[in-house]
Amino acid sequence: MNFAVLQFPASNCDQDALHVLKNVLGQSARFVWHKENSLTDIDAVVIPGGFSYGDYLRTGAIARFSPIMEAVRAFAANGGPVLGICNGFQILCEAGLLAGALIRNRSLQFRCEHVFIKTGNPNSPFTNRSPPGKILRVPIAHGEGCYFADEPTLERLKSNGQILWQYSDASGQLTESSNPNGSLWNIAGICNEAGNVAGLMPHPERASEDILGSADGRLIFESLIFWLEHKMAGAA
Amino acid sequence: MKARIIVTPKKAVLDPQGKSVQNALEHMGYQGIGEVHVGKYLEIELAGADKESWRRKIDEACHRILSNPVIEDYKFEIE
Repeated sequence: MNFAVLQFPASNCDQDALHVLKNVLGQSARFVWHKENSLTDIDAVVIPGGFSYGDYLRTGAIARFSPIMEAVRAFAANGGPVLGICNGFQILCEAGLLAGALIRNRSLQFRCEHVFIKTGNPNSPFTNRSPPGKILRVPIAHGEGCYFADEPTLERLKSNGQILWQYSDASGQLTESSNPNGSLWNIAGICNEAGNVAGLMPHPERASEDILGSADGRLIFESLIFWLEHKMAGAA
Repeated sequence: MKARIIVTPKKAVLDPQGKSVQNALEHMGYQGIGEVHVGKYLEIELAGADKESWRRKIDEACHRILSNPVIEDYKFEIE
């Protein structure tokens, strides 16, 4: 599969994402600079973490106006899968491609640690390879990861199965103490209504090799690859 | 002319910064402190003198980028 990893000024997880896709998962992947305006021959887009544009104004607020985001919008509208990680999730929310917003952590602290996440919907392009009941152990590193949406939006996310991941304890209980940032409903990641655009605050690309302490993040990328292969086989 | 814009978190949105400042003020002994909300102040210099046209454009800019309508309210004046 051909992956695009977007690069904005001050993206800083772009190399990690490309490394996992190419070297760990054997996919074809290339960087796409934010000034570019097309995604030719791309099967999936990853918007990596970082502090695009210094996070000035609000996280992701300025990046969403980069030329490449118009191409991402068209790619997504056409059913192409887009995964936003951390700052990438914030950018997708600011761009209106995902519902809600990410605000300052309730603790006001930057949280950098491993957390557990539970898969809410096992049938999405991003979760289909997670074994049932498997709790993923993945790292977070953010100051603004508290997910907020108004009540009607939250209800829609719940009833449509758009809540893909929730912070939990090791046994999968959605407790207050396992929620690192005060997110509504322990939300760690969501998808759009069509299911092809997803974002999450944890970093699966930092947990895709055993040497890094956890390889659970691979399941998210493997889900996406499996879904793409399936889709292409269906189209052929 | 200048636009003076104030962006504040919506009432329904958790405002941990406001809460933290409120606690600090109370600990310092200030009596009668109520809820505190921390927002942003932007000042934008504007060319020309067409106040009405700028009012429309600044309102649009507030909606599109200067605030996030999901979590923030804004108000502005031009003078």
